[in-house]
Amino acid sequence: MTDLELSGVSRWYGNVVAVNDVTMTLGPGVTGLLGPNGAGKTTLLHMMAGFLAPSRGAVTIDGSPTWRNPAIYRKLGLVNEREAVYGFLSGKEFVRASAKLHGLPDADAATRRAIALVEMTDAQDRRMDTYSKGMRQRMRVAAALVHDPAVLLLDEPFNGMDPRQRMHMMELLHSLGAQGRTVLFSSHILEEVEQVSGTVQVIVAGRLAASGDYRTIRRLMTHRPHVFAIRSSDDRRLAVALMASPSVAGVTLGKDGLTVHAGDYGTFTRALPRIALDEGVRVRQLIPSDESLESVFSYLVSA
Amino acid sequence: MNMTIAWITARGLFGRKRFLLLLPMPIILIGVTAVGLAFDAPAADLAETVLLGLGVATVLPLVSLIVGTGVLGSEIDDGTVVHILAKPIPRGRIIMAKLAVAASVSAVATAVPMFAAGAMIGGTRLGAGFALACVAGALAYSALFLALSVLTRRPVLLGLLYVVIWEGLISNLVAGTRTVSVQHYVIRFAAELSGSEWFRTTVSTAVAAVMTAVVTVAGTWLAARRLRSFSVAGETS
Repeated sequence: MTDLELSGVSRWYGNVVAVNDVTMTLGPGVTGLLGPNGAGKTTLLHMMAGFLAPSRGAVTIDGSPTWRNPAIYRKLGLVNEREAVYGFLSGKEFVRASAKLHGLPDADAATRRAIALVEMTDAQDRRMDTYSKGMRQRMRVAAALVHDPAVLLLDEPFNGMDPRQRMHMMELLHSLGAQGRTVLFSSHILEEVEQVSGTVQVIVAGRLAASGDYRTIRRLMTHRPHVFAIRSSDDRRLAVALMASPSVAGVTLGKDGLTVHAGDYGTFTRALPRIALDEGVRVRQLIPSDESLESVFSYLVSA
Repeated sequence: MNMTIAWITARGLFGRKRFLLLLPMPIILIGVTAVGLAFDAPAADLAETVLLGLGVATVLPLVSLIVGTGVLGSEIDDGTVVHILAKPIPRGRIIMAKLAVAASVSAVATAVPMFAAGAMIGGTRLGAGFALACVAGALAYSALFLALSVLTRRPVLLGLLYVVIWEGLISNLVAGTRTVSVQHYVIRFAAELSGSEWFRTTVSTAVAAVMTAVVTVAGTWLAARRLRSFSVAGETS
């Protein structure tokens, strides 16, 4: 169990505040770091990785500061945003050099294991400047994993990967999280975050706008009506009955069923079965249609 | 010294096109000496023009500048330095490995042709004196340029200004400034080790020895200290 903790962390450049008073604790599992461009995600990741000093506050891993503390890299693996690699080395040499720099007792075995984990064994002897962007990215992940770190930070890890490689990387992150590692990755593609992790940290304009499971975050946004898509045995009859319920703010009747705007998630979901039963209508489908990460994210950014 | 970092550094150095710039310089040094001897140029004149003017004042600092700023500066420029920094290695050991590679390469690239040119002009003692002086000079220059590559964003420009303006111009006009000129330490060592009367500088052997050590240690210490606080700027997000 390794915790990455940020307490009251701010970072400014002159008069520009890049990260503003962020406090969060990341525990085992996979967490997605989300935010629009320029929100401060990379600045935050650099501070977590010990490559930038916080102007105020502290970033610690199990109580040890990450800034000016090279020993922290025994627990930390980093895949940063810049894709530069030593193109003159083969992939195997690159990962093996990482293993040796970590002082691993059996660098060769660790190298084989890490390269197999990212499915790059077949291409391991080629020079890295002959790799595609996605292959380089996977070798960088292998190098970051070679010492079996408890915390793994990845900045835009899916960049340049084809769909199959992307799927494989998602599975890899899932399994690393399931093994009890603390994995944080940033991405600007919401579907990626949605597929890999339910837990998100949302950064907007340098501030932590929301934190936790995005479905829970959505339900806590009580000022925004929840939108549900409903199909039933008699949509028109159900629409009339729902309009009479105080938990419903509006109903749209379409050819694909009803779109219901409910003021409160809990009250509506408790009221619907009762209303349907009273009206003798069978509900065939009930989908919260704005609980996607995309809706949650757009609500947070526009708030 | 960390051998893995030294190995990566050497592979990177020899794999870069910039390294090819080193090849013509020793050849020019020996070629000019051969031409001078073929035309019966006086040994003293040839020694001053080739060994001092071309070798000590030009080839040694330029080779050291190319190599010294290349061993770490190039990795900082392209971002690959993060792969080394994200490891549990004390920053001083990273700098020591970089310095060892830079100083060794610069020393070999200058001492060998200087020995050849010196031996051709005035015998093996003259050649050996200049070769050993170049080894000491390569160490001091490498530490200086390595520090510049971590401390500034324009190490090559600042290094050139130091070599051309400070050493090439000011230290030849104002005697007092020679105590902070690596070129004059090398001239003093060469004069002392070769036993030749042809070369003169106002810097004493003791000052040259102490200052060479000071430049090397200070450059290494400053580079390691700066690397401990190395920051990666947040670029886009």
